[in-house]
Amino acid sequence: MNIIITKEDLKKINFFLDKVVSTSLAHSVLLIDRSGQLIAQYGNTPDIDILSLSALTAANFGATAEIAKILGEEEFTLLFHKGKTENVYFTAIGEHVIMVTLFDDKTSLGLIRLRINQIADELSRTLVSIFEERKEISLLGPQRIS
Amino acid sequence: MPFINFSKDEIQCKIVYYGAGFCGKTTNLQYIFAQMGEDTKGKMVSIDTRGDRTLFFDFLSLNLGKIRGFDVRVQLYTVPGQVHYDATRKLVLKGVDGVVFVADSLKVQRKKNIESLINLAKNLAEKGISIRTVPLVIQYNKRDLDGTDSEILPVEILDKDLNSMLKVPSFSASALKGAGVFETLREISKLVVKDVSRKIMLVDQQLK
Repeated sequence: MNIIITKEDLKKINFFLDKVVSTSLAHSVLLIDRSGQLIAQYGNTPDIDILSLSALTAANFGATAEIAKILGEEEFTLLFHKGKTENVYFTAIGEHVIMVTLFDDKTSLGLIRLRINQIADELSRTLVSIFEERKEISLLGPQRIS
Repeated sequence: MPFINFSKDEIQCKIVYYGAGFCGKTTNLQYIFAQMGEDTKGKMVSIDTRGDRTLFFDFLSLNLGKIRGFDVRVQLYTVPGQVHYDATRKLVLKGVDGVVFVADSLKVQRKKNIESLINLAKNLAEKGISIRTVPLVIQYNKRDLDGTDSEILPVEILDKDLNSMLKVPSFSASALKGAGVFETLREISKLVVKDVSRKIMLVDQQLK
């Protein structure tokens, strides 16, 4: 599957990310795909290596999914890492996308989860419709051109 | 799976360095990282064990300039080469746009090269990708050992073992000293970008 995002798509996606950031007091929210590509980011991410964070997050999620399978679960749909001041919350949005929320002690995990749960289904449907629209291109698959 | 961002006029592609354990995948990335300018590269991330073996992957992001007005960013990954890390190799291959297969020229590694290439074909096939159509380049690494005590295979034998059916571009290299490293990267980037630009044209047509 190829991921193709137009300005219009990004506007739709950012609407949801803005909602999460503004109502939960999180620093920032990233949307990445399961292969580690950054799709969108919203909020403040000063001095953070976003590309490495995306690659590691996808790997982290993938590795955890394998752990889930070993335990007889299909997948763990959320992950949370707590630091002294900075925290990261990961949640699966549909089949292909992971939402990464970065936040500090000004807010709480409960509020973050609540706000994400409120938009997760609708965001997931929006992403599915974006991916479906580009399906004809996805079906072409990679070809070698010499 | 390239990610084409029409909002930022940016394309992100994923290139994976594949091959048997100790063939020099990480060394390729380390050489690239050391040589590239600060403005074109990101940080290099490595998840390895204390014994210098890659545990999960190495990751390096590079900016390759512009094509058709789009900024092209490639993300280079390596996989762990050891046989028992197949699950992590599969994870890293997710969404791959191009592969560099690094072959170890040492004679004792001959069988492991072949096994690793078969493993690559199998893991790609599981993702619905054919090794015959994915942008692919083969690198014959450790050619600097030629003439030393370590016995290495001639390029012709490696070519026969690994490339007689695929017939993809191949390069002799020494990842440690740098010979052939950028030639390999240039070729795989060229193949991937060609593949992606074909897709951009299709998307452009579709969006019009």
